[in-house]
Amino acid sequence: MTSSLIVYLIAIPLFSSAILLLAGRKANKWGHLLGTLASASSFGVGAYLFTQMLAQPVEERAMTQKLFTWINVGSFNVDASLLLDQLSICFVLLITGVGTLIHIYSISYMSHDLDRRRFFAYLNLFIAAMLLLVLGDSYLNLYVGWEGVGLASYLLIGFWNQKPTYATAAKKAFVMNRVGDLGLSLAIMIAFASMGTVSFAGIEEAAPKTSTTTLTAIGIMLLIAAAGKSAQFPLQAWLGDAMAGPTPVSALIHAATMVTAGVYLITRSNFIFDAAPTAQLLVVIVGAITLLFGAVIGTAKDDIKKALAASTMSQIGYMTLAAGLGPVGYAFAIMHLLTHGFFKAGMFLGAGSVMHGMNDEVNMRKYGALRKFMPITFITFGLGYLAIIGVPPFAGFYSKDMIIETALNAGGIKGILLGSAALFGAGLTAFYMTRVMILTFTGTKRWDDDAHPHESPILMWLPMAILAIGSVVSGFLFTRGDALVHWLEPVVAAHEHGEHSELLPPIVVSGIALTIVLIGISIAVMMYVRRPVENVAPENVSALTKIVRQDLLQDAANEAIFMRPGQALTKTLIAVDEKVIDGAVHGVGAMAIGSGAGLRKTQTGYVRSYSALILVGAAAIVLGIWVITQ
Amino acid sequence: MTINWISLTALLPLIGAVLLATLPKGAELRAKQFAFGATLVTAASAIAMAVQFQRDNTDLQFVEVRSWIPSFGINYAVGIDGIALVLILMSVILAPIVILAGWNEAQGGRWSVKTFYILILVLETMMIGVFSATDVFLFYVIFEAMLVPVYFLIGGYGTGERSAAAVKFLLYSLFGGLLMLASIIALYVMSGDQGGHTFDLAKLAKLEMSSTTQNFLFLGFFIAFAIKAPLWPFHTWLPDAAQSATSGTSVLLLGVLDKVGTFGMIRYCLTLFPEASKTFTPVIIVLAVISIIYGAILAIGQKDLKRLIAFTSISHFGFITMGIFAMTSQSQSGATLYMFNHGFSTAALFIVGGWMIARRGSSTISEFGGLQRVTPVMAWCFFLAGMSSLALPGLSSFVSEFLVLVGTYTRYPVAAIIATVGIILAALYILIPVQRALHGPTTPGNENLPDLNLREKIAIAPVLAAIIALGFYPAPLLNVINPAAIHVNSQLGFTDPVPTVEGK
Amino acid sequence: MNSANYLYLSALLFTIGAVGVVIRRNAIVVFMCIELMLNAANLSFVTFSRMNGNLEGQVVAFFTMVVAACEVVVGLAIIVTIYRSRRSASVDDANLLKR
Repeated sequence: MTSSLIVYLIAIPLFSSAILLLAGRKANKWGHLLGTLASASSFGVGAYLFTQMLAQPVEERAMTQKLFTWINVGSFNVDASLLLDQLSICFVLLITGVGTLIHIYSISYMSHDLDRRRFFAYLNLFIAAMLLLVLGDSYLNLYVGWEGVGLASYLLIGFWNQKPTYATAAKKAFVMNRVGDLGLSLAIMIAFASMGTVSFAGIEEAAPKTSTTTLTAIGIMLLIAAAGKSAQFPLQAWLGDAMAGPTPVSALIHAATMVTAGVYLITRSNFIFDAAPTAQLLVVIVGAITLLFGAVIGTAKDDIKKALAASTMSQIGYMTLAAGLGPVGYAFAIMHLLTHGFFKAGMFLGAGSVMHGMNDEVNMRKYGALRKFMPITFITFGLGYLAIIGVPPFAGFYSKDMIIETALNAGGIKGILLGSAALFGAGLTAFYMTRVMILTFTGTKRWDDDAHPHESPILMWLPMAILAIGSVVSGFLFTRGDALVHWLEPVVAAHEHGEHSELLPPIVVSGIALTIVLIGISIAVMMYVRRPVENVAPENVSALTKIVRQDLLQDAANEAIFMRPGQALTKTLIAVDEKVIDGAVHGVGAMAIGSGAGLRKTQTGYVRSYSALILVGAAAIVLGIWVITQ
Repeated sequence: MTINWISLTALLPLIGAVLLATLPKGAELRAKQFAFGATLVTAASAIAMAVQFQRDNTDLQFVEVRSWIPSFGINYAVGIDGIALVLILMSVILAPIVILAGWNEAQGGRWSVKTFYILILVLETMMIGVFSATDVFLFYVIFEAMLVPVYFLIGGYGTGERSAAAVKFLLYSLFGGLLMLASIIALYVMSGDQGGHTFDLAKLAKLEMSSTTQNFLFLGFFIAFAIKAPLWPFHTWLPDAAQSATSGTSVLLLGVLDKVGTFGMIRYCLTLFPEASKTFTPVIIVLAVISIIYGAILAIGQKDLKRLIAFTSISHFGFITMGIFAMTSQSQSGATLYMFNHGFSTAALFIVGGWMIARRGSSTISEFGGLQRVTPVMAWCFFLAGMSSLALPGLSSFVSEFLVLVGTYTRYPVAAIIATVGIILAALYILIPVQRALHGPTTPGNENLPDLNLREKIAIAPVLAAIIALGFYPAPLLNVINPAAIHVNSQLGFTDPVPTVEGK
Repeated sequence: MNSANYLYLSALLFTIGAVGVVIRRNAIVVFMCIELMLNAANLSFVTFSRMNGNLEGQVVAFFTMVVAACEVVVGLAIIVTIYRSRRSASVDDANLLKR
């Protein structure tokens, strides 16, 4: 049975990770090789399973593998069971494929780091957790992978945690993800309370019979979860700081795979969102806000990785937007997710390559004219660039265009608003990505004296090249004959493309989009080619620019709304605990001591006063008896 | 000849303690080895008992009744169900680990090393007894007698203001115990009016009493257990005690002794006073939710590592209490599983924390820093223990915490939603000390701290292994707990809320 | 003669004794007052014995006398010792137990 192979997808990297962590320094020599091999084997298993799926008729492609009964209490029955269907296989191939490339890249990129073995252990752990996330057949199994990737992300962001800011960034990511996990927890609880099950299949079956209110509640909770993991508004603030991790991590976790888990969650839960219009509306709103938010932030970043991170946020906004547009959108969300996986991972690796040649400098204002020194990096990065801004026939053109079209066709004022947001976002994307290209690769050199830019070794540029090829051809392949849409149909119940009335014909939409992209490019060219670029960010800028540079005050807002009141609350409660609650306890003790001290005063030590007291007491008793017996 | 497994298991450490007392005074190493051996034998005996346990049988098993003080109807009566078995197993597994982990912590005490281990062995006997007693009087006697060894362990071998902490612990617990004693006497008197004086739990459970009486007697028991557990606002003794006690004592105190409180709630409050339990449930759920949030917030603000762990426990005990009184299958089973898991994750935190403190000579968190680079193995153990404390999915505590939450949600959704906020706070209270102690540059004075030695690795390995293994495969424990937990609820007449829509 | 008069006398003696114990400072006088109270009680016992026509009260009176004799021996010894050590027989000076 092919389905019995599913578990090996997860088991191989998990086992490898355990070996690398337990073996300690002894594994330093071969740790990176084992890690890469594990990831590649997992990819091999995934590819084999994919070919097996292709050989099956459509309705028999989904496979499940029950491992054991995980939790079984009363009616709460959760199996450790894996589900490989058309949706999860896309992710399996993306995770293990891109993952393996990034493993290979990291062999060289991390070769000078003493802890390279540990790095590969974490990467393997991440691959295993991420695969569990997409392969779990119930929300609770997904939850394990969901937190597992959060843990791996935490470990990898804080890989160089001897630097306090990096450690803080890791903590921030974990905590904000936990806010999202709160949503996932509650979604599972609501689902169990109302439907008596937490498995995807069970909920899909029960959803039509469930009230819209319940489904909306579940949907909103899932949206919170997705927002936390995918850095969507309002839980987006951690992603920029997460760039503290080594660059391959940013490429794998914070661009290609983990951050797209939210999109996976929404797509997987299509049966809930399709039946809960309010939740769906919130999804598109979150998506639209984030795609603009990320794009705006991206325009003012001088740190190449943070610029790319902002771009990631924005592109995931596109995916969320698409996923919120209902049955037509899911396939496009996944398509953009896959193409984005190629070009964004490629560009991050390119950024890593540039940093590698520039003494880990990340400030783009200190780059310039690197085209001549790093030709391969320039070409691969450039292909990714063309893909992300949506130039035909590169991958991003197909996937993003579909989303813009779907948004415009959503109907009524909603469609126009969403469509224009998506179009405006495309323009901004063109602007900030062109800016990145110009600042990094063209113009004059603005390096520090000790920088000696050079092309990276083959182990680094080969993965970049493969990803670049993916950025070129993937979009075309996915859309040829609507291949991906048809592939995903059994899972997301996607209807024929174009079922909705079309606001504008597709060719016109593409035309408008391309025009806007061109405008974006031209503005960037005017600002950064025509005018000289300074190697420090200019200070005399408008207030708006300053706000954008501070990430639209996202951290300030979080601090003002949550952190400082939280700290104040903690301090107050500690004082209350000491003074009031423990005070009451000590008060009882003090009362006992006090009354003792008071009574002690009657013990004068004078025999005569004692005898007088005895006399009075005896008289009182006699009197008492007399009164009672009267 | 049949073996009385409970009595045998309970007697083994006591015999060990008596033999230990005959050892000559200077033989510290032998005392340690002997005590360790005694706890291992006890653990083996308990495991042998567990193997024979019939898990689908909801009656008490291994029952043994002997007349003790016949004129008052007092018996030596023991017997266990799934809940008690799990807690006994937890106690006897933790005892040798505590001894091995805290190999040198008895030095510097007020009394000899030998006395330390005698106290621990005596305590272990009482731990087994308190979980298996089915005679209320016997339970009460052990419940109170347990305070004595702990009092000496804190006051004699602790650090800092150990005497004050020990006295606070003793008086606070004694206060609760006396309230319980009053209730027990009332029960005894009533039993005399209804067919003969007895302290037998099963017979007392059938007493007829007015709802007012039941409410008052319930409170007597409940406050005693709420102090023990500890539930907000009866918690203030715990941080002081944990801060002053050695880490081994803290493990036994928080990991095992405090479970007597939550165990008592199931075994005595629910069984003896079903109606009163229902009456007070709303209040108790509110207190539990407050404990969860309050304990977590206070943990976030602590500067002392041991106090921090103590406050996290207050939060966790809130979860357990909430699970017990939500009275659904999931929450009840989850609560018992939580007791077990909390024993292990707190043990891991205290043990590794204790090593860190012993090496650094201070329990203030800010004195640490950068331990990840200096002592990687120790840092990893602490991190894993922390992850278990914040209930990371895949680790054992997640299963129990989620069961409690999901079970509570089906009956008290609002309480469950508020309690779920606790998972965010948990991330903060674990990651803040992790960052301060393990990450960042190495604080001066920490450069040469030694990493874990072989003994310490052997001590912590089973704890961490259990945390991970039971997270992926909790069935062995759940299969034992489920019948007992569902039995508890069904006796009270509770059935699980039925979902509005039947799914697959 | 009416037996009640013996009881009145006994009450009077007891009251005198009690007042003496309370107000006098000299240990010897206090001691004598205590004896007075004991003997007042004895008088009552004997009177009751006579009134009830049995001997039990008289038996108790003998017991009391024996106890009083023992008390005198021990008490006087203590008083003498205190007087020797601090040159005073005032009961107010002997308050060591206060602390």
